[in-house]
Amino acid sequence: MSTDKKLGTKIIHFGGEIDKTTGASSVPIYQASTFHHFSLDNPPEFDYSRSGNPTRQALEDYIALLEGGARGFAFASGMAAISSAFFLLSSGDHVICTEDVYGGTYRLLTAILTRMNIETTFVDMTDPEKVKAALKPNTKAVFLETPSNPTLKITDVSVICAWAKENGLLTMLDNSFMTPYYQRPIEQGVDIVLHSATKFLSGHSDVLAGLAVVANDSLGRRMKQIQNGLGNVLGPQDSWLLMRGMKTLKVRMEGSEQNARRLAEWLDSHPAVGAVYYPGLPDHPGREIHEKQSSGYGAVVSFDVNGGERARKLLSEVKIPLVAVSLGAVESILSYPAMMSHAAMSREVRLERGITDGLVRYSVGLEDIDDIIADLDAALSHLQG
Amino acid sequence: MNIESRLAQIGSVSEPVTGAVSFPVYQSTAFRHPRLGESTGFDYARTKSPTRSVLEDAIADLESGDAGFACSSGMAALQTIFTLFSQGDHLIVSLDLYGGTYRLLEQIMSRFGVSASYVDTNDVEALEEAYRPNTKAILIETPTNPLMMVTDLKLVCGWAKSKQILSIVDNTLLTPYLQRPIELGADIVIHSASKYLGGHNDVLAGLIVTKGQELSEQMAFLHNSIGAVLGPQDSWLLMRGMKTLALRMERHEHNATTIARYLQWHPLVTDVYYPALESHPGHAIQNRQSSGNTGIFSFKVTDARLVEPILRHVKLIAFAESLGGVESLMTYPAVQTHADIPLEIREKVGVDDRLLRFSVGIEHVDDLITDLAQALEQAQAEVEGDNKA
Repeated sequence: MSTDKKLGTKIIHFGGEIDKTTGASSVPIYQASTFHHFSLDNPPEFDYSRSGNPTRQALEDYIALLEGGARGFAFASGMAAISSAFFLLSSGDHVICTEDVYGGTYRLLTAILTRMNIETTFVDMTDPEKVKAALKPNTKAVFLETPSNPTLKITDVSVICAWAKENGLLTMLDNSFMTPYYQRPIEQGVDIVLHSATKFLSGHSDVLAGLAVVANDSLGRRMKQIQNGLGNVLGPQDSWLLMRGMKTLKVRMEGSEQNARRLAEWLDSHPAVGAVYYPGLPDHPGREIHEKQSSGYGAVVSFDVNGGERARKLLSEVKIPLVAVSLGAVESILSYPAMMSHAAMSREVRLERGITDGLVRYSVGLEDIDDIIADLDAALSHLQG
Repeated sequence: MNIESRLAQIGSVSEPVTGAVSFPVYQSTAFRHPRLGESTGFDYARTKSPTRSVLEDAIADLESGDAGFACSSGMAALQTIFTLFSQGDHLIVSLDLYGGTYRLLEQIMSRFGVSASYVDTNDVEALEEAYRPNTKAILIETPTNPLMMVTDLKLVCGWAKSKQILSIVDNTLLTPYLQRPIELGADIVIHSASKYLGGHNDVLAGLIVTKGQELSEQMAFLHNSIGAVLGPQDSWLLMRGMKTLALRMERHEHNATTIARYLQWHPLVTDVYYPALESHPGHAIQNRQSSGNTGIFSFKVTDARLVEPILRHVKLIAFAESLGGVESLMTYPAVQTHADIPLEIREKVGVDDRLLRFSVGIEHVDDLITDLAQALEQAQAEVEGDNKA
């Protein structure tokens, strides 16, 4: 597929949609761990599935095309993708990371990579000056997440990347919330885009997967060495299921975003609800920057119901959303960061980052928005007092 | 219950709702919480997933350990274990080791300040010499790949215990059906389950088994945090493979022993490396600590020029990387599995350009010998033809 087509077309015609041998309309699942060498002098393209598998390769090419990068990599989970990116670093290196980063990334940096002598400074990336102030002589990388999880803060990607480039720093960005349908960070100067593909890319709460896309071939070679060396690759069945999910990315993102915008506006005027975090709201402080770098607002809305007891009550009263961790599916998922995705963070750090005891995160699915609102309205009515 | 019975019934009595004899594939990443603060035991598939859990419990039981962990490949299992270590730590590792392990240590872990010494792990004097105050673990492969060197597990795990370091045993080649390292004193067992446990060259997977509560908790933390976990479909396929492990291993051993004995006397073969042969230096130890032999062995031909035509002429035997499948595969370690190991180390252990590794499948042994005989014969004719020309 030529690269001048619109993203909605590339999502369907990504190059692997037709099997070259049989013409099959879906990439075959190569459930093979090894491949026959027809001759010693001409090694086959694929020799061992950890190093390369045709089904996984189709997925890796697919995500590289959508993100506009040089090369894609598929991993066993989002954390496997993120940890692989950090494995590009070495002992003695320093990382600047957005402060309201996903709890799992926070845990990796603070509980594991510290033992390898990789040090991290967490900063509020809504203010580029704070990022610049964190620079040390041994700083090697900047890790961004925008919108952030769960308070949907916005980082100006091109400003941070330009500064990082001047200082020879590697930039990594977790694009799980936006997906390449709404945001393509490589176009803004990012070196490595990371995904928990378990979320919107797959979209059905049925595949655990991670993806990475690198901006250039030299990073591609380094990342390939890490992926093959660590072996934290995605299996062929899951690779296939993820591609199946990605084919409907456009319609799912548009549908769930439309619902999310309605929900955010409704919540914003609800008397039982405190702060509402959604970049599509007119008073969101990062809205202007977000609109510069993204073509949509996504489908995650966080809001504060003022207190832990009230949050617990809300979670027990809702009927439509799944009360669970994870997000980005056709079904709505309501989660409670303080006890779920951000449980790895101490309460003190959590509160500093605005993840209050009353904060809940609504990943808006494809149900009818009137039903979603009616369900939440009924649940909120139980919180009075 | 005997191990054959436990193998055959993996997952068969675990599904309480429908009674399905084959455990379902839970292709689900999220799990509904009954109430806030309550859990079904499953929250998010990276942390714990029902299909993967049945597999993890099965391998922990088979290896006589306390906890099992399924990873996306054997290397992912090794990476997860290596993440136990910190900057400044040192490991002692089998000299004759898998190329991927060497690469992980030298290209990746070295950047995190974790160093390794490569020694013959059956040589306690060499171990003493390699030991340093910052040594944290010993990684043993027995038998090794491809040279089939045998390590006395009881002796060496006991030595590790006396030094208060962890002993990690790669049990890929023998599987718990033939050898259970934890019973001999190991702390951690690791598998490339892509090999005999999976057994069909169709699943890429790794398994870890730990002994002891503290170590098991540490491993669970790392397994979840690094996220190199095995997917549900592959977990299911791996269990399906494991149900026939006992039968397969018996046939693999029978075929490998028969062919090794045949090659031992073949004029084009100088050496056969296989612990089942009485002439193997590790034969007695192997018999003591294992109830049988693996299905792979290595051999050296008289002339490196024979290698290419042999690999070209084998018909039944596939020329491919990997091992442990029902189908026979032949590998050329110097250029395939061990290409990343420096020549110096390769030559020290004997992985040279005359060495071939044969993963003997479960085909009829006569057909395998016929195939091998004709390939050797044709290779010899070609090399002699070259000599005359």
